[in-house]
Amino acid sequence: MTISANAGDIDRRLLMDRSVTGRKAFTLPDSDVPKQNLPDSSFLRDHVELPEVSQLEVIRYFSVLSQLNFSIDTNFYPLGSCTMKYNPKINDELSNLPGLADIHPLQPDETVQGAIRLLKNLQDDLGEITGLPGVSLAPLAGAQGEYAGLLIARAYHNARNDSARTVAIIPDSAHGTNPASAAMAGLDVVTVRSDDQGNVDVENLRELTNENTAVFMLTIPSTLGLFEPNILELTKIIHDVGGLVYADGANLNALLGLVKLGDLGVDICHSNLHKTFSTPHGGGGPGSGPVMVTDELAKFLPKPVAEKTDDGYVLATPEMSVGSINGFHGSFSIAARAYAYIKALGLEGLQSVSENAIISANYIQAKLRDKYDLAADRYCMHETVLSAARQKKRGVAGLDIAKRLLDFGIHAPTMYFPMIVDEALMVEPTESESKETLDHFIAVMRQIDDEVDSEPELVHEAPHDLPVTRLDEATAARNPVLRWTAD
Amino acid sequence: MYPDDLKYSKEHEWVRMNGNIAEIGVTVFAQESLGDVVFVDLPDVGRDVAQFAKFGEIESVKAVSDLFSPVGGKIVEVNAAATDSPEVVNEEPYGTGWLIKVELADASQLHDLMDSATYQATLE
Amino acid sequence: MLEVIGVDSLDGLLGDIPIEHRHPKLDIDAGLSEQELSTVFGSIAAENASSSSGYISFLGAGSYSHYIPSTVRSILQRGEFVTAYTPYQPEAAQGTLQVGFEFQTIICQLTGMEVANAGMYDGPTAFAEACLMAARVTKRTKIGVLSTADRRLPDTLLAYSKYQGIEIVEISTDATEIPDDLACIGIQSPNFFGEIEDVERLTNLAHENGALSVVHVNPTALGMFKAPGEFDVDIVTAEGQPLGVPMAFGGPYVGLFACKKAHIRQMPGRIIGRTTDTKGRTGYALTLQTREQHIRRERATSNICTSTQLIGLMVTVYTATLGKQGIKDLASLCYQKAHYAASEINGLDGFSVESLGSGGTFFHEFVVTCTDSVSQINAALLDKKIIAGLDISDRSNNGMLVCVTETSSKADIDKFVQALSQIEASA
Repeated sequence: MTISANAGDIDRRLLMDRSVTGRKAFTLPDSDVPKQNLPDSSFLRDHVELPEVSQLEVIRYFSVLSQLNFSIDTNFYPLGSCTMKYNPKINDELSNLPGLADIHPLQPDETVQGAIRLLKNLQDDLGEITGLPGVSLAPLAGAQGEYAGLLIARAYHNARNDSARTVAIIPDSAHGTNPASAAMAGLDVVTVRSDDQGNVDVENLRELTNENTAVFMLTIPSTLGLFEPNILELTKIIHDVGGLVYADGANLNALLGLVKLGDLGVDICHSNLHKTFSTPHGGGGPGSGPVMVTDELAKFLPKPVAEKTDDGYVLATPEMSVGSINGFHGSFSIAARAYAYIKALGLEGLQSVSENAIISANYIQAKLRDKYDLAADRYCMHETVLSAARQKKRGVAGLDIAKRLLDFGIHAPTMYFPMIVDEALMVEPTESESKETLDHFIAVMRQIDDEVDSEPELVHEAPHDLPVTRLDEATAARNPVLRWTAD
Repeated sequence: MYPDDLKYSKEHEWVRMNGNIAEIGVTVFAQESLGDVVFVDLPDVGRDVAQFAKFGEIESVKAVSDLFSPVGGKIVEVNAAATDSPEVVNEEPYGTGWLIKVELADASQLHDLMDSATYQATLE
Repeated sequence: MLEVIGVDSLDGLLGDIPIEHRHPKLDIDAGLSEQELSTVFGSIAAENASSSSGYISFLGAGSYSHYIPSTVRSILQRGEFVTAYTPYQPEAAQGTLQVGFEFQTIICQLTGMEVANAGMYDGPTAFAEACLMAARVTKRTKIGVLSTADRRLPDTLLAYSKYQGIEIVEISTDATEIPDDLACIGIQSPNFFGEIEDVERLTNLAHENGALSVVHVNPTALGMFKAPGEFDVDIVTAEGQPLGVPMAFGGPYVGLFACKKAHIRQMPGRIIGRTTDTKGRTGYALTLQTREQHIRRERATSNICTSTQLIGLMVTVYTATLGKQGIKDLASLCYQKAHYAASEINGLDGFSVESLGSGGTFFHEFVVTCTDSVSQINAALLDKKIIAGLDISDRSNNGMLVCVTETSSKADIDKFVQALSQIEASA
């Protein structure tokens, strides 16, 4: 039998298929206590079917797998609305210090003063940045922050015996978590249209608001990367009917030090620490989605909220708290990383983050607008939404362009979102990238546009040079195989 | 693409009459828009359905759509082939990819539906 | 670059921001160098008591001290895992996806269940989502939670279900009858007090009444105790933190979630499936995405988006490292040490451990009933750099919930026992 020497063939066998009976990767110490009686055998299992590999095999297996990934550390990753900025390594190091990584969440407050102080300081900084001083770091992701914010809105209306407030108004351009969170909070979702400039249609919003309006959920800047020119009017419309304004802060990277959400009439917002504040995405989390509110709403915040008292720092439950939305105190070591990030940047650093994010996105937009349609013909903020509508007419879809970028070692932009833009490609370079990287991206996008006419198959069949080509997602959904089994 | 002997609803379902039984499925346009169909959620036999009411869901990899019955009546048969092998909806949307059969309660409801030419005009 | 864009200054790009609110004053300190930042964090860490500052601890109750092998930290150094995004472009994320598939496999192997998802936020939210899933599957609105469960489970469920027309009722652990309109019985085993529940009996009781059985387990215990899958349980959840994740003052953790294949379309969270590419090579991709918020929006099974993928990686590396034998040895060590500690404490005047005589059994947590106030005892022990068990007087009179894992040596346990005996002596 001949073994082929093809460097491109990667061994994709799973751990169970590599296992050899009796192999071990790890040894535990022996028991140092007198032998104790075991329970009746009816309680016990004989063994767990788990891998049996050596430690080198563990290291090699996961190391090789890591090399199959695109990541910020290895690739330009202009994934719109995800803010793929550099994740400073010092933040990982500091959040893993003994004294931070090994403290138990239920230790007495007096034994964790440093930890609670960190949470309090981060709360204060986030409150300052957003202009919404009531802060809870409990939510474990943006979606949980949204849900907590909606619980707060409902609690506010219920406390005023205003039980008719059952509607959440959400733009048609919103991220899917917005209506999903609203449904979980028992609110009926009413959709407000965007106009042809990508802004919320003010008249449509006026028509839709009434005494049933509990909350208006708005992403600022919008999911098109645009700042609402009528923002003050929008928030006034909602307040005039007694509703609350919720800002989805996923795009906060455009606003740091440039404007405070609280000044614009926002009552509640969340932020994604794993976007704006540089904590690592981890392939899909962990994240952190702190919720920020006005002073008036602070009593409804989910527990816990860090407070400074005369006797020191404590984790407190606000007097009318919406309760516990998860097990403990939120993603502490993610909060620690975000705190390190803010402290390292300081005021000027934060401002320059947003300034450079906005300039980079507009630079890309300016240099590609002759080849790709823009979702809206105006300056953008930290991200630009291109449309591959022109390319679609010439036979190649946005999806194909996204896959072709992978061949150049560039991660695709966000595709087909927001849903109101045809063949959307949302590009967010972030402030971390050099001009050379942006110029290279622009050159590649221009070349792909040429390929649409000269070599369309190259784009249709992309990616060509990755560990796998396009995957059969239909079969994966029709006949799900979701775990290893012995064949 | 849109057989003349069928009637069509604006939600992209078709009806084929066999005596009093309405055979119902989704059109070529529907299955093309969805992409590869991966799952069809059909109701139990014996249930009543009103005209234009939702009777189930159809899923592709990236989308999910409600299914609306073009006519009202009692559901007398559902297509096991569609639930077992959803790809038949893409392959033969007017044939083996049919979804449900409804015993028509009110024949006049057929007048609320479009013929082939009218339906195709709505697709432009 | 501004020239290319066509503006004189950044302000030319900010025209839509109301001018009166632009460039607000922010009370944020000036930035720090890396060196200064390290000093700040050093002093924060130094204000916390932990094993690294000479304390021994016997806290459990949902977060556990376990030794984390070097392999976990080593693989966490790989930026390709740490700084990747959610694998929406599967061709560019086969590493994350294959790890997730291994994770799903491991959860099934530990729990004995047919399918698992790629992880939820934490144990309590996984439990809450499981109960809501049971409500969807049974089309019922009443959820039963066993009285012996950690309060964090029904508390989180309450926050998640408040506006969904759900009623939560408490079921007694020795109930022989339940309401016939329950969607599920939610069981924690080992329960909050450390004892193993009769999952088989309770599952049968649920099924006889058309309800599902939702069981919340401790994954370390599954190294020696029977898997819930053997009892025809419908949904299993757990806190994954004990499997290689630092306690880290409460997070980030990972919620484990597994269920019967029949219910798969109602399962929340991300699911990774195996498939092939155009050349027939094996690959992995997110699948059954039509359950999720980015497609189904307000009709999604859950609003969950970003979850805890990197923590799932830690769990996967940890379990692969411990392997078949290690998981068994670890459970045994925890059991042996906890039972030693329990019998030593039980032998002291003024302290008793009921679990030792109850006819049931416990894994690595048990309740010590004291004759004095637990808060006073704990304060006295703290002076000796001992963080004692959790004060659970609100649920068990003068009760202290003690946890012992493999990270406690016999000397640590003896020091704890001796300190307790001295308190009683001086009382």
